[in-house]
Amino acid sequence: MADRPAQLIACRECDLLQRDIPLNPGCTASCRRCGAVLYRNATDSINRTLAYTLAAGMLFLVANFFPIFSIEVSGDRSAITLFGAVHALWEQGVRTISAMVFITAILVPCLELFSLTALLLPLKLGFVPPSYTLFMRTLQFIEPWGMVEVFMLGVLVSLVKLTNNFRVIPGFALYSFGLLTLLIAAAAASFSARDIWNRLDEMLGQEES
Amino acid sequence: MTPVDSGMPSAVGNGLCSCHVCRLVSRRSRFSRHEHCPRCGATLHFRKPGSVQRCWALLIASYILYIPANLLVMMETGSLINYRKDTIVSGVVHLWKTGSWMIAVIVFIASVAIPLLKLFSLTFLLISVQRRSHWRPRQRTRLFRLLEAVGRWSMLDIYVVTLLAALVQLGSLAVVKAGPAAVAFGAVVVFTMFATMQFDPRLIWDPLQKEDIHD
Ligand SMILES: [Zn+2]
Repeated sequence: MADRPAQLIACRECDLLQRDIPLNPGCTASCRRCGAVLYRNATDSINRTLAYTLAAGMLFLVANFFPIFSIEVSGDRSAITLFGAVHALWEQGVRTISAMVFITAILVPCLELFSLTALLLPLKLGFVPPSYTLFMRTLQFIEPWGMVEVFMLGVLVSLVKLTNNFRVIPGFALYSFGLLTLLIAAAAASFSARDIWNRLDEMLGQEES
Repeated sequence: MTPVDSGMPSAVGNGLCSCHVCRLVSRRSRFSRHEHCPRCGATLHFRKPGSVQRCWALLIASYILYIPANLLVMMETGSLINYRKDTIVSGVVHLWKTGSWMIAVIVFIASVAIPLLKLFSLTFLLISVQRRSHWRPRQRTRLFRLLEAVGRWSMLDIYVVTLLAALVQLGSLAVVKAGPAAVAFGAVVVFTMFATMQFDPRLIWDPLQKEDIHD
């Protein structure tokens, strides 16, 4: 094993070595040289992130399977769910686009919420999460590809485009998506990988001694 | 703001390496291959391997795909009254003309401004890194941070096309179809996102250090 110089961190963006000092709640440590955010003191990170994640998980199901909105043309009504849209595009042969939407709006958010739960729930209950490195790496790898908030904006733009020609009826999932966007943002804001690694270090240290 | 000090210690200058997964700083020999992080087991790299080459490859692919993405049809809309084939730009112009100014501006930023910003900025960053430029490293790092933050919003048009195409299938009354440009444009978004991920902003700061760095 390599030796571990205690409490040193290297800036992700400029590689400057700095000391990891405790912060007051709500404060952010930024790099002295390039200004990148090094870490935040997210208050009660594990509990809050877990709460947001569990709430988001339930909304996620609703948002996927209930209609986002429907349009009415001369008595004909057609409603759309997110999953239905992906499926319809696949059937129309536009498979690349269908796959992109499926990955960024359904699969990645789903994996994100699952990985967060798999990590945070055991930590909250006081034991070391099984295969935690796998979940931490998954979270880091998929993070840029979860685009629920972009999808939400896409829904709004489509709504405006449709109201020019059709009567549009907002669906149940529209509001769920709005709330889901907020909850995922809240979970991301309270999530702190540093806190999780610190907690894991503590727990593994106790097990060894 | 403190002025940039070239004497500040970088991790690599001290033979230390920060794990890209858990950020633990550990000692690593400069010459051995494949060492692993003692905490999480990830392979340690001083810098993202092949960063500049991979970033160039993805960027050039994006430039090439950008051409069909803008010349071909993004969305076909048809109804009994009218029939339109829109490219990305003509779609924005149509929105503007029909009075949806807000939406026109949003779509313009997401589908035109952001992709161009990403292509040109990444080219600039790559050239500056290859020339080992000392020019304003702080501003260049900030530019990179901006690229990371805004890239995802280009997916907007893909979602709009998907929703409209899936929804408006009411027989002969109205049809919306995704055009071939949608695939090219989606590829541009994905490739520029991968290119941004491959770029290692620490390379901007390395020329300010005295030693040479590899890996
Ligand atoms: Zn820095």
